[in-house]
Amino acid sequence: MRHVLSVLVENEPGVLSRVAGLFSGRGFNIESLNVAPTLEEGVSLMTISTSGEEQIIEQIVKQLRKLVTVIKVVDFEGIAAVEREMMMVKVQADDARRAEVLRIADIFRCKVVDVSLNDLTLEATGDHGKIQAILSLLARFGIKEIARTGTVAMRRSMQPETA
Amino acid sequence: MELNGARILLECLKREGVDVLFGYPGGAVIDIYDELPRHDIRHVLVRHEQAAVHAADGFARASGKVGVCLVTSGPGATNTVTGIATAYADSIPMVVLTGQVPTPLIGNDAFQEVDIVGITRPCTKHNYLVKDVRDLARVLRQAFYLARSGRPGPVLVDLPKDVMQAKTEFAWPEDVKLRSYNPTYRPNLNQLRRAVEALIEAKRPLFFAGGGVVMSDASEELGWLARTLSIPVTSTLMGLGAFPGDDPLWLGMIGMHGTYAGNKAVNNADCIVAVGARFDDRVTGRLSAFASGARIIHIDIDPTSIRKNVQVDIPVVGDCRKALAGIREIATTRLAEKDWATAHEPWLAQVSAWRTEQPLTYVKNGSIKPQQVVETIFSITRGDAIVTTEVGQNQMWTAQFFTFRKPRTLLTSGGLGTMGYGFPAAIGAQFAFPDKLVIDMAGDGSIQMNIQELATAVCNKLPIKIVILNNGYLGMVRQWQELFYQRNYCATCMEAQPDFVKLAEAYGAEGYRITEAGELESTLRAAFASPHTAVIDVRVEREENVYPMVPAGAALDEMLLV
Ligand SMILES: Cc1ncc(C[n+]2csc(CCOP(=O)(O)OP(=O)(O)O)c2C)c(N)n1
Ligand SMILES: [Mg+2]
Repeated sequence: MRHVLSVLVENEPGVLSRVAGLFSGRGFNIESLNVAPTLEEGVSLMTISTSGEEQIIEQIVKQLRKLVTVIKVVDFEGIAAVEREMMMVKVQADDARRAEVLRIADIFRCKVVDVSLNDLTLEATGDHGKIQAILSLLARFGIKEIARTGTVAMRRSMQPETA
Repeated sequence: MELNGARILLECLKREGVDVLFGYPGGAVIDIYDELPRHDIRHVLVRHEQAAVHAADGFARASGKVGVCLVTSGPGATNTVTGIATAYADSIPMVVLTGQVPTPLIGNDAFQEVDIVGITRPCTKHNYLVKDVRDLARVLRQAFYLARSGRPGPVLVDLPKDVMQAKTEFAWPEDVKLRSYNPTYRPNLNQLRRAVEALIEAKRPLFFAGGGVVMSDASEELGWLARTLSIPVTSTLMGLGAFPGDDPLWLGMIGMHGTYAGNKAVNNADCIVAVGARFDDRVTGRLSAFASGARIIHIDIDPTSIRKNVQVDIPVVGDCRKALAGIREIATTRLAEKDWATAHEPWLAQVSAWRTEQPLTYVKNGSIKPQQVVETIFSITRGDAIVTTEVGQNQMWTAQFFTFRKPRTLLTSGGLGTMGYGFPAAIGAQFAFPDKLVIDMAGDGSIQMNIQELATAVCNKLPIKIVILNNGYLGMVRQWQELFYQRNYCATCMEAQPDFVKLAEAYGAEGYRITEAGELESTLRAAFASPHTAVIDVRVEREENVYPMVPAGAALDEMLLV
């Protein structure tokens, strides 16, 4: 199961290696990792996308909480959340194919951020599933290069009633 | 008044109640050593930095206080790693102070520079590099607080040389603020109620004590519950001493070399209260067969210990003593709901039948049996000693045949299994308890890993007794080779052993040798009565094995017996 964890940390030197070292040392998966400052000075937010069985995820969350520099950990599983990642993808698109690539870009509301004679670079944002869908649709044109951010996520203000 | 970093460091140590420091000097910490004589802190010069850490560890285990050691940068710092990992595995409160090259040189591959904070990140509870002297007092305050609070552990503080020289106004932070660190001491009352409920329903309950019982001083609560509710008790290696080994409810340690009764009881119990134990693989045997018929109540201060290896029915996060006290309080109001003694009578009869069926034993044949050495030491001392061990067969025989009756009387490297631990740990314990008899139960292999500390012991006039169960082998490995590798004794025969008696004498200690069973008691008595450091080289039966033994991967009740 894929889980997205949001990890609020004290922004001290070495905090990234503490988190990364925890994952590598204990054999946990990191699918993506995103770190950026928050509104509060000295505090950063890491968004980690990981996968594993429930017991492993439970350990990951507990082990993260145990790190002295970690302030808070939220597992978005079971929480209504907005989840986004951004991707830039350079696709082969000569004259014959360009229109079709642009149509797909349009459907997924991608922006064209760079063009040359033979390729197009698209910027796409969306949740993990959408990004994967774009990639698989563009694959047949020939993808030259991609650059992706990790997932970031935020809890929705309105949570569905829980039974 | 402005003070330099070295002075601030020592002022902080004093305020943390540190009166002994185990250490080894070098260029990066020379400013601290320059300041040291002006303070009322005893410095113990070891002969190898690994020993400084184990000594601080032994001091901490014996006294319950935070152990402290001080070493230089580079090789001094790397030499501490085994000691730190040892303390981390057993959750021992400790502060390790390492020198570092001056801050402008960090990252330049300077002389004697290593990234010790990076190296020790996975084996410390937390660590710090102090880059500004103005942070020093706060960092040290946090380091001690972290080391001793929650689940204790080693904390390393890296001290660059220029920070020790730089000056600032010294202000002792009265309290520690760490919003990201809030250990749960007080257990959830509801969980405690459920635990009592489970005990009321149980027919075959069992207490299973780990090092957490020792660490949180929960022995009294455990004893009260066991006796009042008529529940038998087992423990891990780290839990030995948490419950008196001569109590009729005591079943012995469980695990790979646990007792028959203990291991049988675990796999036949219907309710297990695990207190401050983390279900290490050496303890559980094959996980799928472990305690398969039992509801498990697991009390631990560290949430990561719970459900890491074993599925738990009633998790209780909190301090072991507080949790047991809470259970006691609730149980007291519900004692009348069950006739505990009668209800558990068949179960107690069953466990004591296992105990008499297969007690811990060995075959006596006239040669000196290592188990007999341990028993003799127990009877001479009547158990009134602090016993440290090395690692291997010597450790297991000590655990099995010495009747530990009080917490903090067995100091042993449980989680990491570090050969070379016992002797320096004995040095630390002797500093904590100058008037107690401190004995290191050693193997001929392990003792050679930190034997240089004879100089430290002699120099400080420590009357430590090192009893070498000398089998001329790396015995525990040899036992595995015998049992599981067709007696292919590769690299386990200790050829070219030193003459331990002469070696002791060369260091200025006393040396004794015992080669006949008849001399055992009298020679041990003489050595123990001596006020000097003594090495007793006991030539034991060479190919004696530790039994019972649960082969790796087997279920706990699939034991090889004598
Ligand atoms: C530092 C270290 N290296 C290797 C081992 C692996 N090991 C475990 S027990 C053992 C043999 C110990 O020999 P000795 O000290 O003579 O004890 P005995 O088992 O003979 O009583 C070895 C090599 C270890 N535990 N620690
Ligand atoms: Mg040996």
